[in-house]
This record gives sequence, structure tokens and C-alpha cells, in this order.
Amino acid sequence: MTFRKYLVLAAVTVFGATGDSLLSRGMKDAGNISIHQLPDLVLTILDPWILAGILFLLGFFAAYMTALSWADLTYVLPATSLGYVLLALIAKFLLHEQVTTTRWLGIILISIGVGFVTRGPALTHDPPVRQMESNDTEPVSTGAER
Amino acid sequence: MKQLYTWGAIAAIVLASTIGDVLLSRAMKQVGDVGELWRSHGLLAVVGRTLHNVNFVLGILAMTVAFYSLLIGLSWGDVSLVAPASASLTFVATAVAAKIFLHERVDPHRWMAALLVAAGVALLAA
Repeated sequence: MTFRKYLVLAAVTVFGATGDSLLSRGMKDAGNISIHQLPDLVLTILDPWILAGILFLLGFFAAYMTALSWADLTYVLPATSLGYVLLALIAKFLLHEQVTTTRWLGIILISIGVGFVTRGPALTHDPPVRQMESNDTEPVSTGAER
Repeated sequence: MKQLYTWGAIAAIVLASTIGDVLLSRAMKQVGDVGELWRSHGLLAVVGRTLHNVNFVLGILAMTVAFYSLLIGLSWGDVSLVAPASASLTFVATAVAAKIFLHERVDPHRWMAALLVAAGVALLAA
């Protein structure tokens, strides 16, 4: 794990939590949307909060896909769950929601879980691509020898 | 009856997002290390290779099913039940699926991590 890879994991965490918070803030402006006014849902994209939220979630998705290209799924998911903690902090300090004792307990459990997984290796199996490439090159090299 | 529908929706979300995560993870392992690929072939090659991957397209499809199941579930049940119940069950389901289908070595540390995070997410909604 290089510093750059930790940065990608941090980006997954921060972009995801920020994107969700921005969407939440934007949808409060939009109000309750009923199933009969679905065209209104398309218009919510004009809300600057929603637009920013979507951009952040696109960044989240790009970072998530990048992380999955070199790390296990069972590593990436827990390692980036600190986003839930960040989301709770944003909800408390920026959106002024109530964060109860039970929620803080949940935050502590998640943090311990993250500590558990990030101590281990990020990748525990050979990526299929490398296996395929080595299979491809083998017949060529043996052919050259003969 | 409505409660049964709600839990049915939660089951659908967990199933669809677990399938989606496994497919996306498999897709990105086939694409290869994005950082290295970007440096050697450029960003366009990374995007092109990803979008042409069958597993990636199927994964996105599964994620779309999960998203609409969530919307439907939210119309039947409380957000404080549906969202955390599906998120926390997905953590455990993904650990099982990654072991079976992706052959990841899920050691006791990772099981503990998945269970702790799942419990933590459930508490966040309580």
C-alpha cells in the first residue's frame, strides 16, 4: 500500500459522505416529492446543492472503481466505511441534526472495524488479468525456444 | 403484510447490491491497476476498457436494480429501518459472496471488520 493508494481510499470516504450530505441539503430545498410529480425530480438537478452532490458522487464512484482495481472488495468496503462516521459529524455540525449516544456507539464500532481490516493485506488473490497475461505469454515463449 | 413487503424490499436491495459489488470488483480486477494503466495508456484507455467490460455493465445494472428496490422499499417502510438494515446486511452478504465468488481470503480479522461495521451501521439508525 503506497501513500497514493491511501489517498484514493480517503477520496472514496470523503467524496461519498460529502456527496450524500449535499444531496440531503438539496432535497430539503426541493421538499417532499410525490410519485405523481416525477418530472419535478428531473428539475431538482438545477439546484446547486444537488448538482454539487452529483459531481461529488461521480468522484466517489471513480475513486471506488480505482480502489477495486488493486484491492479486495472485503478490504475496500470496511476501509471506506469511515464515511458513515464523517456523515454523522457533518449531520451534527453542518446540518444540525441530533446525534444520539447510540449513534456515537455505532461510530465507535465502525472505527474499530476499520482498524481491524486496514492492518491486514489489501489484496489476497491474484488478479485474473495477470493470470490471463501470463497464460498468453507462456505459449509464445515456449514456441520461440523450440 | 406491509412489514413483509418492507423486508422483501430489503432482501432485494441486499441481493442486488451484493451481486453489483461482486461484479464491479471482478470487472476492475480484469481492467487492471487503474493508476498504472492511466500512466501507460492514458485516461481514455482506462475509461474505454472499463465501459467495455461485460462485468462492469452487468454490475451497474445490478446497482440500478438495488437503487430502485431502495426507492420502492422507502415507499413501504421507514427510512430509519430500510436504509441501515440493507446497508448493514450488505456488509455481511458481501463478505460471504467475496469469499465464494472472488476467492478472497476472508480471514478472522476481515470477518470481525464486516460484523463490527454492520453492527455499527445498525446502531447509527437506532
